Amino acid sequence: MSDLSNKKPETGAFFQRDRAWHAPALTPGYKTSVLRSPQKALLSLDGTISEITGPVFGHSLLGELDNDLIHNFAKPGESAIGERIIVHGRVLDERGKPVPGALLEFWQANAGGRYRHKKESYLAALDPNFGGCGRTITDEDGSYRFRTIRPGAYPWPNGVNDWRPAHIHFSIFGHGFAQRLITQMYFEGDPMIWKCPIVTTIPDKSAIEQLIAPLDWANTIPMDARAYKFDIVLRGRRSTLFENRMEGN
Amino acid sequence: MVQDLGYLKESPSQTAGPYVHIGCTPNFAGITGVYETDLGTTMVNDKTLGERIIVRGRVIDGAGVPLKDALVEIWQADAAGLYNSPSELRGTADPNFTGWGRCPTGAEDGVFTFETIKPGRAPYKDGSRMAPHITVWIVARGINIGLHTRMYFGDEQQANAEDPLLARIEHRHRVATLVAPRDGSVYTFDIHLQGEKETVFLDI
Repeated sequence: MSDLSNKKPETGAFFQRDRAWHAPALTPGYKTSVLRSPQKALLSLDGTISEITGPVFGHSLLGELDNDLIHNFAKPGESAIGERIIVHGRVLDERGKPVPGALLEFWQANAGGRYRHKKESYLAALDPNFGGCGRTITDEDGSYRFRTIRPGAYPWPNGVNDWRPAHIHFSIFGHGFAQRLITQMYFEGDPMIWKCPIVTTIPDKSAIEQLIAPLDWANTIPMDARAYKFDIVLRGRRSTLFENRMEGN
Repeated sequence: MVQDLGYLKESPSQTAGPYVHIGCTPNFAGITGVYETDLGTTMVNDKTLGERIIVRGRVIDGAGVPLKDALVEIWQADAAGLYNSPSELRGTADPNFTGWGRCPTGAEDGVFTFETIKPGRAPYKDGSRMAPHITVWIVARGINIGLHTRMYFGDEQQANAEDPLLARIEHRHRVATLVAPRDGSVYTFDIHLQGEKETVFLDI
């Protein structure tokens, strides 16, 4: 939140999370979840000051190339191999309000579907000019954008022939720690989306569709890069008007 | 027909996957030169007020094996019980304390470590005081939606006995899953994803 803004920060508790909209913890089709899923009921807690607050990150954190994955790991004068794309959109909350100042971190495989990670064993080649990480912070209207290459699909050890569709991972901070979210963006028209055991942990088809970014022809940069639009929705929060006053307020 | 409430749905969570380090702690993952440091590595500096402590633990799966690919984040109040956040309206938190930390579990031993300070007490909604605690969030491959929990302090028995969240845990033997024992300046907080010792996770 900018110091120049005289808007009072919101302090209401967040809307109850719709757990049926998200994947359940135990999804046997995604085998790793079997031993990593809590089995007991979660303890419900209406947000306290510990969850309605959260860390903020200033724009001064960002380096010039943080939102340019084509160049932020590349040697001077070189660039990552792959289809050049712009990913942009807005971070909103469930009330449709923009979330300014939200830190987004993203990571992805290279154009051949290979991650730059020591635990990665896929035989596709590394791109010496592609690291695979980037970050940005949303503007006052909740908008963000970054440049990258379209990641490749890749096989992974789950079923004998399971593949991940092309995707970009997103980590998002809102204004309260209860809004913390990690998700993945998929690409319009990819037939592999519906075959993926991780995608289909999400039970509702329209929830899955919320993670598929459409090609945004209008924002495509001629002779340079196609654009995909990916809006992200974080939890909304209640008005504090009718809330009990907290000690010290 | 009635008016449409017009609310949006929260974007569905997806697992952080095995390569979460590339995005969140790239230097730890060996991707150097993009960011100077990994975010959340340092919470304190020389001027931070409060008692210096170390929080250390593991995230343990249903087979008793520590996760070596998890990412743990913590969020806590400063020594006076204030959060370093714009939504903190009770006062100004210690500017030398971020309140937020992030640590991957070790690739060899599965251990996470935070160098921080012991937080003060913050108010519950009804004005009573919560015991000092640290909010903890865990993501990893195989975890479809980030897990929220809290760590309380083993040497705060009196405060813990008054804590409104701990009081709501129906099966009293499970309270211990949220209380980290102290040894010197080190608190050990092992998080069990499943089984008899399953940590109490929160829907917040």
